[in-house]
Amino acid sequence: MLGILRQITRIGTITEPLAASDQFKVMGKRLESVIRNHFAGSLTIRAVDAGSCNGCELEIHATNNAYYDIERFGIHFTASPRFADMLLVTGPVSVNMRKALEMTYNATSDPKLVVAMGDCAVNCGVFGRDNYAIAGAVSDIIPVDVVIHGCPPTPTDIIRGILAAAEMR
Amino acid sequence: MTQPINTWFVEHLGDCDIHSIWLNDHRPEHMPCLEIRRLDWAHAACEARRLGMRLVALWGAEAGCHDRDAHAMYAYMAFAHPEHRHTLLRTPLAAENPELPSISGHYIAACRMERHMQDMFGIHITDIPDPRPWIKHEHWPREAYPLRVDFDARPPLLAEAHGDYDYVRSGSEGVYEIPVGPVHAGIIEPGHFRFLAVGEHILNMEERLGYVHKGIERAMQSKSAEEGLKVASRISGDSTVAHAWAFAQACEYAGQIDVPRRASFIRAILCERERIANHIGDIGAVCNDAAFAFMLHQMHRLREDMARLHLELFGHRLLMNTLIPGGVLVDLGERAIGLLREQTLAIANEVEHLRAIYADHPSIQGRVIGSGMVPVEDAQDIGLLGYVGRASGHYPDERIEEAYAPYDELEVNVPQGKLGDVATRVWVRFEEIAESSRLISELLEKMPEGPIVANWLPPEPGVSGFAAIEGWRGEIAAWVRFGEGGQIDRCFVRDPSVINWLGLELAVREVPVPDFPLNNKSFNCSYSGNDL
Repeated sequence: MLGILRQITRIGTITEPLAASDQFKVMGKRLESVIRNHFAGSLTIRAVDAGSCNGCELEIHATNNAYYDIERFGIHFTASPRFADMLLVTGPVSVNMRKALEMTYNATSDPKLVVAMGDCAVNCGVFGRDNYAIAGAVSDIIPVDVVIHGCPPTPTDIIRGILAAAEMR
Repeated sequence: MTQPINTWFVEHLGDCDIHSIWLNDHRPEHMPCLEIRRLDWAHAACEARRLGMRLVALWGAEAGCHDRDAHAMYAYMAFAHPEHRHTLLRTPLAAENPELPSISGHYIAACRMERHMQDMFGIHITDIPDPRPWIKHEHWPREAYPLRVDFDARPPLLAEAHGDYDYVRSGSEGVYEIPVGPVHAGIIEPGHFRFLAVGEHILNMEERLGYVHKGIERAMQSKSAEEGLKVASRISGDSTVAHAWAFAQACEYAGQIDVPRRASFIRAILCERERIANHIGDIGAVCNDAAFAFMLHQMHRLREDMARLHLELFGHRLLMNTLIPGGVLVDLGERAIGLLREQTLAIANEVEHLRAIYADHPSIQGRVIGSGMVPVEDAQDIGLLGYVGRASGHYPDERIEEAYAPYDELEVNVPQGKLGDVATRVWVRFEEIAESSRLISELLEKMPEGPIVANWLPPEPGVSGFAAIEGWRGEIAAWVRFGEGGQIDRCFVRDPSVINWLGLELAVREVPVPDFPLNNKSFNCSYSGNDL
């Protein structure tokens, strides 16, 4: 136990203050206010991998690490679409995932915001539309509110995309 | 750089009356490809097994325009011996109603690859113990064979079919089923697990994969090596360096391109950094699944530090787009070498510090010790790779066996576990972090001067290349055949997960259901790499 406490004290708080960059500062303030005003202080996201290579998932994990600490804005990831305000969808939608994505979308509660994250989700990326195994980009399957480009997008880009979608509420 | 011609397996095949033809359009010669008759197929696999070789991969490909019979299909299999490296065998199949005997009786890991061939090419595998479709889910029309040349690869796919997948069931009273996925609870890739449980304990866990099948084998066709490498880098986003390296090396072997030594040093540094980053992330995740969130946050802090340095030095947090055919894209200057040396050492030290905390906590130790054991015999039977194999007494490591550059001038120490439980898999990962850190220091120390890229010239049509690279999950095998104009004609990649997924099914028998996530994370197999 002492080891844990010592380590925690030694590392201290590494979460980047909003003031670290002007961009993050503005973004953080807007996020906090939109989540407070429109989502009762808590925005809940269901991440769906609809065919990704796992690169995007690594970067979603990174938004949860101590540097970005996405939870400080009131953003949580949930296991059930029933509790989710937003779907964060990655990957070109594979033919084998199409139905699961549609079912997840139908099970999501309003406002059913959808963020298509990563170049594959936006336009099928390197795997291409001209591919028998790919049903299409996310917007070909379910309505999309916001897209985030990048292969994969950086954690900051992801947080920015989530903000853009939340502000549409 | 030039390796001796490898005739070991050919001679053995000759001794047991299996006639084989040495294919001159396959490279490299130390990992040769032999053509055998179809009636010898299962016999050859049986002999390979007897000689103590492990099955590397099994795949199909249509003949190219340069082949004698341009309508024929070929089946390939690759074996590896700890001392005698890889040998590929291929056999021609009839264009109409192709058939092939199953080798699953000799190598259990062959079965899913045979099912893959059956789905993709319509090759009928006789005596296959499990004939169910694998990648082609219920809605696929049975008669659609996506890797056949006459298949119309453009979406939308033909009319939807309906049906059910025939899961393993139990008729016993008191056995209940838990279906999980494809959309899992966490932020992970999709797949389906079907548990049969009695009380708290798992009686059987069956994997259903293929959800992220992206048609990679077909998407590779008609691409240049440069374009193909971009796809290969995204076969599994967490192993981008290793997959890119395997693909690039297969192309370079085919084209007989000598990669500059400095480039292979940089590739190895990137690959070892990728190994460290993934092990760090997974150790944190295993602990988190046992509610030891402290480790997750500490480990992810280190992972983020690595990603940031990667962005600064190589322009990408996960190291995508760093390799090109013939070499690497980014050189390392004095400053970069200093930063890499300093950070790698610092991270290895931090990990050791955290390891002491992890070892000192009975609450986590109680969950990992003895959970999900894979005995040595089973690990060898399946041919488990990477840290999963190393935790269970099976130690194939291509950095030693194939000893591709730059590992030919380095000594790699492979941790040798035996118990095969979650604790040993975590132990192996801790050991590998320390070893990779040492290797990176040595690579940075010995870094030769010179160019970082050789001029890439594709080989003449019909030439194929094969490479095996030790990624962080284990051996990645890549096979590429070139067609006209330097374009990729056919390609196959075997991610280590194809084999290691079988180990997970075995490991979790009799494990309490709540310990499944721990086990799953300790394996951390790739879905995308498996599904292609």
